[in-house]
Amino acid sequence: MKAYISVFKLRLTYGLQYRTAALAGVATQFFWGFIIIMVFEAFYSGTVTDPPITLKQLITYVWLQQAFLAFIMLWFRDNELFQLITSGNIAYELCRPSGLYGLWYAKLLAQRLSSALLRSLPILAVALLLPEPYRLPLPADPAAFIMFVLALLLGLFLIVSLSMLMYISVFVTLSPAGSLLMFGVIGEFLAGMVIPVPLMPDWLQSIVYVLPFRWTADFPFRVYSGHIGTGEALIGIAIQIVWLALLITIGKLAMARVLRNVVVNGG
Amino acid sequence: MKLYGKYIEILFKSQMQYRTSFWLLAFGQFLIPFSVFAGLYFMFERFGQIKGWEFSEVALCFSIIHMSYALSECFARGFDSFSALVGNGDFDRFLVRPRSTVLQVLGSKFEFSRVGKLVQSIIVLGWAVSQQLADWTMLKGLVLLFMIVSGVFIFTGIFILAATMCFWTVQGLEIANIFTDGGREMAQYPLNIYQKWVTRFFTFIIPFGCVNYLPLLYLLDKTTGNPLPYMLAPIAGILFIVPCLLVWHVGVRHYRSTGS
Repeated sequence: MKAYISVFKLRLTYGLQYRTAALAGVATQFFWGFIIIMVFEAFYSGTVTDPPITLKQLITYVWLQQAFLAFIMLWFRDNELFQLITSGNIAYELCRPSGLYGLWYAKLLAQRLSSALLRSLPILAVALLLPEPYRLPLPADPAAFIMFVLALLLGLFLIVSLSMLMYISVFVTLSPAGSLLMFGVIGEFLAGMVIPVPLMPDWLQSIVYVLPFRWTADFPFRVYSGHIGTGEALIGIAIQIVWLALLITIGKLAMARVLRNVVVNGG
Repeated sequence: MKLYGKYIEILFKSQMQYRTSFWLLAFGQFLIPFSVFAGLYFMFERFGQIKGWEFSEVALCFSIIHMSYALSECFARGFDSFSALVGNGDFDRFLVRPRSTVLQVLGSKFEFSRVGKLVQSIIVLGWAVSQQLADWTMLKGLVLLFMIVSGVFIFTGIFILAATMCFWTVQGLEIANIFTDGGREMAQYPLNIYQKWVTRFFTFIIPFGCVNYLPLLYLLDKTTGNPLPYMLAPIAGILFIVPCLLVWHVGVRHYRSTGS
């Protein structure tokens, strides 16, 4: 466990080096946030029936999504890991006395965390102070806030488990770009990144609810805005834990399996 | 021009070496705008309209912008990944050759897998036009073509500007994405749904409005008065590339090799 923690720390400080890049990222995300909110605003201004989520809750959804982009993007690739696999340098990794799954997991986790730390705080701080109607409201109540933090962190673990599966699949396909791009695009759509889950048609929502993707982004954000009540949120967190256990088990099994058959190509 | 053809031919051959990977990538590229379009469709299914625009009208706007984006990403990819050229000093070699730098950078990369994006936008465009077919004229077709060309010029201009920044910063800057990805995202809806300041910026500074809004009004018979200025608006988009190229040449003069 100690080894994993030090890998985690190393990666975290490494990621925190890129401050200017993060600043540029913050500016970009603000612009995106504004554009998306304006589009929703325009849609809402002409509606006659009551939509299933209020504009205020939607704005919360958008800002949180922008602030925690690094937590919820499925497509957050680490080219280093890909190269390890395709170039055969994976052999070195295998010589290390700690499990590969845990090692990579810690690495990916730290990467996302450092990226989010740099970006989320400035975005949240400014978004909380913006003029109405763009302002990010405070959480519905303190209980909702605690639930939100819990759900967000569990979501982070979930997304890393999901992306571990993507990396493991590279052992089989050896060519990362195409298949992972597809997986990423579909996964993000199902997580509510393109349009929020409550605005999807019913048939699609029923698909989304049985898949793990929405638990990474859609769920914590709606807990924050109070769209999902505290009681329901508790059940949701339990479901998140079940998914997490399931995905990690699958990941470990799959990893063990591909490593047994791994062929180191030259190197 | 002949040289550019040669560049493209060579790059095409090299990318076709990995056929499966190429098709998978192209399909993935197809999915990206497709998922956005699906989102658009679901929004319209729920809300019906956006500030008086119908789904088929927004789809027309969407497909024009996405097609120009895909085309310029195809052709001007060299500028998009220009920071690598500056970073490793390969740009030095371009300077000693007796051809224009713009041409060489354009020819340095060509992403054929963007065909996926292109196909998606062609399908949407075909559908959107068929919805308006009742009062479609030859002239409108020409204006449509003009809009796409103009869009390609704008996106290419932004790519060039972003690349020019690398002369000073060496590293590529994510901030340029505001105007490429962000511009595309914004311009896929008719411009008048946004707040005034966004509309102004994207009409007078970066002339997206001259591509996706003014001529769109003409295509959909929403103009009042003389339609001629609406039809000719895309010229502004084409002219946008002139200052970009000027800045580029200033940048080239400013260039100092990293030496590595």
